[in-house]
Amino acid sequence: MAKSLAELKAIRDKKVNEINLRHGKNGYRVVVGMATCGIAAGARPVMVKLMEEVAANGLNDVTVAQTGCIGSCRLEPIVEVYDGEGNKVTYVHMTPEKVTKVVEQHLTSGKVVDEYTMTIVDGKIISPEVKA
Amino acid sequence: MAYKRSQILICGGTGCTSSGSMLLAKEVKKELIKHDILDEIEVVVTGCFGLCELGPVVIVYPEGTFYSRVESSDIKELVEEHLVKGRPLDRLIYTEKGDGHHPLSINELGFFKKQKRIVLANCGVIDPENIDEYIGFNGYTAIEKVLLTMTPQEVIDVIKASGLRGRGGGGFPTGLKWQFTHDAVSPDGVKYVACNADEGDPGAFMDRSVLEGDPHSLIEAMSIAAYAIGSSKGYVYVRAEYPIAVKRLQIAIDQAKEYGLLGENIFDTDFSFDLEIRLGAGAFVCGEETALMNSIEGKRGEPRPRPPFPANKGLFGKPTVLNNVETYGNITAIILNGAEWFASVGTERSKGTKVFALGGKINNTGLLEIPMGTTLREIVYEIGGGIPNGKAFKAAQTGGPSGGCIPTSMLDTPIDYDNLIAIGSMMGSGGLIVMDEDNCMVDVARFFLDFTQDESCGKCPPCRIGTKRMLEILERICDGKGVEGDIERLQDLAEGIKASALCGLGQTAPNPVLSTIHYFRDEYEAHINDKKCPAGVCKHLLNYTINEDTCKGCGICAKKCPAEAISGEKKKPFTIDTAKCIKCGACIEACPFGSISRA
Repeated sequence: MAKSLAELKAIRDKKVNEINLRHGKNGYRVVVGMATCGIAAGARPVMVKLMEEVAANGLNDVTVAQTGCIGSCRLEPIVEVYDGEGNKVTYVHMTPEKVTKVVEQHLTSGKVVDEYTMTIVDGKIISPEVKA
Repeated sequence: MAYKRSQILICGGTGCTSSGSMLLAKEVKKELIKHDILDEIEVVVTGCFGLCELGPVVIVYPEGTFYSRVESSDIKELVEEHLVKGRPLDRLIYTEKGDGHHPLSINELGFFKKQKRIVLANCGVIDPENIDEYIGFNGYTAIEKVLLTMTPQEVIDVIKASGLRGRGGGGFPTGLKWQFTHDAVSPDGVKYVACNADEGDPGAFMDRSVLEGDPHSLIEAMSIAAYAIGSSKGYVYVRAEYPIAVKRLQIAIDQAKEYGLLGENIFDTDFSFDLEIRLGAGAFVCGEETALMNSIEGKRGEPRPRPPFPANKGLFGKPTVLNNVETYGNITAIILNGAEWFASVGTERSKGTKVFALGGKINNTGLLEIPMGTTLREIVYEIGGGIPNGKAFKAAQTGGPSGGCIPTSMLDTPIDYDNLIAIGSMMGSGGLIVMDEDNCMVDVARFFLDFTQDESCGKCPPCRIGTKRMLEILERICDGKGVEGDIERLQDLAEGIKASALCGLGQTAPNPVLSTIHYFRDEYEAHINDKKCPAGVCKHLLNYTINEDTCKGCGICAKKCPAEAISGEKKKPFTIDTAKCIKCGACIEACPFGSISRA
């Protein structure tokens, strides 16, 4: 079937995520710890949920990636969010439910979800934003 | 559509395909299914990335990790480590030669840093067999802009203002060519658009890579040319020796027709355009424009006298615009980004970029696109990664059999059309063959002349007979039978052929000889007067001798000699019978004491 101009544009819009992936994205980079410890603690459903939510919210500039062991195995599943300047926020003990809120607040409107971060782990207060 | 968190790009160009990349794609899919992550990872088979030396090449995004020489047995580990656990597999990541630098991303490689990709922008980035990928990367927006907002004359004016010149050889201004064809009167209104994809220069493969990696860009550009000159029918003349390119171009044409991007009333305008592939049977002369047109018409592939030029009387006697693949490769970018943007790249009289196929004695064999005005030194040492085995650079040959040599003293010449002509070479289609100290320049000239002699169509005597006589002289020089005055005879013949041959093939055939005489006359003289080949290439001028003082009489050389030319008694110095010796050099490699020499 011949495509109209509008249909061509629709194809372009649909492809935008894949293109950004290859050209390099400018938005948040979300990294999930996927070493043995992470996977054992349930990182896989967290990452799947993350991908679903990012796609559902049309966040085409967000990169979802995985990494190996971050080093704090007892805090897994860990999700780290880097902004364009390299500032990092670390979310710990993540679940698919928590992901929804992180996507809604942090990735969409830039509000860090303090209660899921490392800030209050083990009674110690750590600043949620760390320079990478 | 499922969200893709990562993409694995596998090169499907001719180079990587021949080293098994199609098998890799299958293997990757198998592993992804095994780990149940097929929905979240996209496997894309692309066109050529350019670094053919390192094939099969695999790139994983979003990291842009560049894996080289990947084998199917590596895939299990690669998928598990990188795509499941998120740890790039260090062992397969390409390490740049020399400095031990270990780049993680493709953008950090020296090979890509100095490049500017306009023509090759999509090559190695999109899946050439999927029109949606091309559309996603702004494909078919240029033709949309042209058809809906520009007049044909406006299109021609933009191309003229951009300064684009033909990338196939001569460097004629493209806009002017289009203008002539636009202005030419065709009694029945029929005009044609044609594309020269008959890439015949030894070592050149940029057109093939564009066809394989980004075929839709050619279709779009030819549509724009058709609109500009008032044509509704186009032909792509491509060599039958490029099966992958032909297949992908045909797939692309079929997809474009399905989407209504080729055919009647494109975007509901009055503009209609249809495109057809014609296969060439592999004659070098069919890359010459008039011979190419004869061939498309079904006639013998021989050149026609010019004038009349194709702009007035081309295919089937109708006004025709004929451009090379790479020339068309610039059109959509110029339309979308404007003439000024294009003209801001390059030198004063050579705008934009040029794609070169880098080959010969160079570390990074492959395809690269650089702004006009880049020096040969930057190409050879920075992008090309230098000469293998620490050998010294001697010369670079550009323009294939029509071009000439650039010696060491010209390494810092900015490369553009006019500078190359000034130093006795030419841009040609962009083959760039690097030669080191082990190459004999007389032999190089003989090689190219042997090629053109073989490919001469025989229509005009200067090319048919003249190049034959030149080749005979070169052969006798290489055989050690050169006589005084041969250099002058070669020069005399060369000038005559250049002035009188019918087409570009004959007119440029003497160039390799003239340029090697100009820059390496001493080598010719050594061959003729001293009967020596300084580079040790011409067999008839070599003599192998065994040093009696250092020979231990082990006899290894005699065992290795395929001609049984070496004899002697054990523990006494051996000798070579020069009458039997075939000068293969096997004894030199075999001798553990370095006692055999070649002079």
